[in-house]
Amino acid sequence: MCLGIPGEIVELLPDRGDLATVEVAGVRRPISTGLLGPEGVRPGDWVLVHVGFAMSKIDEAEAAATLALLEGLGRAYHDELDALAESDIT
Amino acid sequence: MTTEQQVLDRIERARRRAPRVREERVTLAHGAGGKATQTLVEDVFVGAFGNPALEPLDDGATLDLGASRMVLTTDSFVVSPLFFPGGDIGDLAVNGTVNDLAVSGARPLYLSAGFILEEGFPMDDLRRVTASMAAAARRAGVAVVTGDTKVVQHGKGDGCYITTTGVGVLERPEAFGAARVRPGDAVLVSGPIGEHGVTVMLARGELDLAADLVSDTAPLDGVVAALLDAVPGGVRMLRDATRGGVATVLNEVARAAGVSITVDEAAVPVRAAVTGACELLGIDPLYVACEGRFVAIVAGDRAEEALAALRGHPLGEDAALVGTVDGGPSGLVLLKTAFGGTRIADLLVGDPLPRIC
Amino acid sequence: MRFVDEYRDADKARALSARITALCEPGRRYKFMEVCGGHTHTIYKHGVEDHLPEGVELVHGPGCPVCVIPMGRVDDAIAIAREPDVIMTSFGDTMRVPGGTGSFFDAKAEGADIRMVYSPLDALRIARENPGRRVVFMAIGFETTAPSTAMTVLRAAAEGIVNFSVFCNHVTIIPAIKAILDSPDLRLDGFLGPGHVSTVIGCRPYEFISSHYGRPLVCAGFEPLDLLQSVYMLMRQLDEGRCEVENQYARVVPWEGNPRALEAIGRTMELRPHFEWRGLGFISHSALRLREAYAVHDAERVFDLPGVRVADPKACQCGEVLKGVIKPWECKVFGTACTPETPIGTCMVSSEGACAAYYNYGRFTRDRVQEATLA
Repeated sequence: MCLGIPGEIVELLPDRGDLATVEVAGVRRPISTGLLGPEGVRPGDWVLVHVGFAMSKIDEAEAAATLALLEGLGRAYHDELDALAESDIT
Repeated sequence: MTTEQQVLDRIERARRRAPRVREERVTLAHGAGGKATQTLVEDVFVGAFGNPALEPLDDGATLDLGASRMVLTTDSFVVSPLFFPGGDIGDLAVNGTVNDLAVSGARPLYLSAGFILEEGFPMDDLRRVTASMAAAARRAGVAVVTGDTKVVQHGKGDGCYITTTGVGVLERPEAFGAARVRPGDAVLVSGPIGEHGVTVMLARGELDLAADLVSDTAPLDGVVAALLDAVPGGVRMLRDATRGGVATVLNEVARAAGVSITVDEAAVPVRAAVTGACELLGIDPLYVACEGRFVAIVAGDRAEEALAALRGHPLGEDAALVGTVDGGPSGLVLLKTAFGGTRIADLLVGDPLPRIC
Repeated sequence: MRFVDEYRDADKARALSARITALCEPGRRYKFMEVCGGHTHTIYKHGVEDHLPEGVELVHGPGCPVCVIPMGRVDDAIAIAREPDVIMTSFGDTMRVPGGTGSFFDAKAEGADIRMVYSPLDALRIARENPGRRVVFMAIGFETTAPSTAMTVLRAAAEGIVNFSVFCNHVTIIPAIKAILDSPDLRLDGFLGPGHVSTVIGCRPYEFISSHYGRPLVCAGFEPLDLLQSVYMLMRQLDEGRCEVENQYARVVPWEGNPRALEAIGRTMELRPHFEWRGLGFISHSALRLREAYAVHDAERVFDLPGVRVADPKACQCGEVLKGVIKPWECKVFGTACTPETPIGTCMVSSEGACAAYYNYGRFTRDRVQEATLA
């Protein structure tokens, strides 16, 4: 129900200002962009798709920031594991 | 105060009880290949017909005919739409029947074809379908030797339904079947899953989705033979993954063999477009029908050979080792998710994609 | 798949899991509630709980909009579907929800023209292509889906597609959360906020939860790493003595929400004075209906509905499950009289219902399988 999938805008449909074609892993579907702001979308933008509507533009900077954070946590975790493996209290 | 384990045990006992159909009318779920179909078959059909040849409920029945052993199978095709990227109902009819024979270890020989045509069905469409069947039969080396035709009034059918019977001969000495499966065996699939089901669903045009996908319908006798030739004595059982997909097949195998199966989700081959369509619609590719893929359970120590044999054949080039047979609770199929978690992959209730094959 | 696969990485999961474990105070148990069926589904489908330490528990709340539809409303919808000229359209999930006399699925077997659609726009297209039939869309969902229904109604009105109407069962999340917070039965340490509802309403509406009820809330995404990271953020708040609303799903959720979506809802819909939630009873100002101006597209005005209130079967404990008071397996009929094939309550029907998720996915953990194997 709350199924929202990230998809890439590949084409704006010429005769209908609020329709665009979105692509999800090679599958295409026309969706409505009517819920997005006046700046609209351009091919190459990523949006969250829910029941045929784009709900929100995906902020690539935020996405990268989240991943970087997770990456950092992961690195720190592996560093700790390595340190644990190397430490020797005997 | 009951514990969680007591509740789960109670559920397992309930699941093992003899199946009973409770509905008063047939629903689409009964045709989905999942729990409802299983209950219907076991309660109504086995209940009425029960006999030793039927009871294994394999894809084909193995019968003795004098000195020969033959395999007999039957199938009905109600796919909608009739024509879709990669094939049509005629291809499915021939390939589907050939495949049931092939996974039973038989060399497919003869088919019968019964047609139920709706008044008003275009003759050109009928010629297209039969031309496909003829080509598919030539490709698989089988002959359509008998048939039947019925016409029903407009509105009482849906264009064209086809029922087939297939006959093949068992020439290999080894036996296949659930009884041979044991813990330690390896689970292989012959190629990427879900292409047929998603293709047909998109071809209906109701969901307004488009993708570069074609049905995977194909005759599997050649690739099955390649596998059996390469790993003699090492193949426990084979089953083609049609309606209900790979997950349904694995549940059937686990139940029939009294074992549990663990699948590594990341190892299951799926094309990107199938993943994309399934994500959009909230369906799991593991339950989507294929028409040219099969599951092979082989001895654990022969898995690499089996994989190589499959990959050496055009219809098996993307084959993969996806799981193992374990000694866990009987009938359980577990999935190790790519995320590192574990969950069950049970038989489906209801029908995510009706009239797929 | 981009923006999906990266958030399913097992290595990062292990790292987060270690961090969460490190933040657990010895002997203390933590309970966080998620109020979105999509979260329930992700948790079970990917086995997220396998990465959580013993002391951290996820509780499922009333976040499944299908699960909270009262049986009487399903009966109303089926009554509409049974009209000979009607084409009823609905999302797949609603098809098996049991009303007092059966589900959409059963009605379809008896001859009603009921079709599954992916989008309300598809239902509108069916109406456009079938001018001689009355096409009805069964609208369910929280604020995530209401804007789509609203935009479709606006389009129907603009194009004059008078044979299209909506049976509106949209509900709003804040009153449900408030009902949970006001319930004496529950001791929660924090909330995982519904990520996709928040794309519409933003994060501001949750602030009362931290400021008035003293519980932190992290607005969470739907990939398994999003959920784990959100749990981690909640644990950090508790550890650092903070209590606020945070946005883990910032790549999709704008703090202020989506003004156009809210405007579309406001134009076409208004709050009902009260609405019955299955299991939670009547909650005021918790559901939407179409405004008078769109009466021609309002199935409740177009059709005569039985409008009968159907009591839940006595054995059904969906209400307690929806409030997180009991776990699915603690329901007396779980798995025996109530199974996915023979559901008594909606928690077992919807793929996002806690009972269905637990039965279909979570019945066996690795530990239990190992125990059973060794036995």
